[in-house]
Amino acid sequence: MKRGFSKSRGGTIRLRLDPVEITVLDDLVQQLSDLVSPAPVDPDADPLAALVGIDEHAQIPVDPALLRLLPDAYKDDEAASADFRRFTERSLREGKAERAATVMQGLAALAASDGQAEISREDSQAWLGSLNDLRLVLASRLSVDDDEGVWRRRIEGDPEAEQGAVVYDWLTWLQDCLVNALMK
Amino acid sequence: MGVSIAPVEIERPDSDTVVAPDHPWITLVWNDPVNLMSYVTHVFMEYFGYSKEKATELMLDVHEKGRAVVSNGSREEMERDVTAMHSYGLWATLQKDD
Repeated sequence: MKRGFSKSRGGTIRLRLDPVEITVLDDLVQQLSDLVSPAPVDPDADPLAALVGIDEHAQIPVDPALLRLLPDAYKDDEAASADFRRFTERSLREGKAERAATVMQGLAALAASDGQAEISREDSQAWLGSLNDLRLVLASRLSVDDDEGVWRRRIEGDPEAEQGAVVYDWLTWLQDCLVNALMK
Repeated sequence: MGVSIAPVEIERPDSDTVVAPDHPWITLVWNDPVNLMSYVTHVFMEYFGYSKEKATELMLDVHEKGRAVVSNGSREEMERDVTAMHSYGLWATLQKDD
């Protein structure tokens, strides 16, 4: 069985990763989870607001990577964007954190079964979303801002960024592999 | 994804919008250099239920023209679509269709 995601004739999605890939991905997804997880609910918050997921303290993220994951919903209306954020950001963060948790469980299962496992249709959407979130975060850290790869020339000679680009390309390959398997 | 019980209807006492009866709001998806063309197509098919042809066409519009209108409807419906796009990691905004 080849590395990455594949689809069997029966339609099952399977994943095979090397031990080092499992370790790297597990570390990245843990970092993603730390980044997106919402702050604990404020004990003084309006209990009804908290119950329906309204976060009175939701602010525009300062970290550009987090802002890319949780963007403004209105292009030229700060007030409407802030309003929207209060109503939606907590559940958006929770959804992303849950997907990361699903991927980490999947990686644990993979590590326990020789690097190979079946991924359910439902879980495959969590994998897809988390891989995309990770690529968005890394792209922000690497200042990926063009399709042609001009950014790659900018990071030449910076070992840490070059290492990041290797991981970014690997995540791109893995995500593309999963989309292709799902659409086959 | 967990069950979300976030409100669908959001009260906006300060809004002076005149609500037109039909589909006055649109959801736009903007181009970015990160999201894969295959992934964007997949999202349009998965979330909106668009055919592969229509999803591909919209994806190419995003890629080549910088943005595309992917849905229209009431403000509440568009807020729901934008939330979903953000969940998928696509860069989306909503606005009144002028």
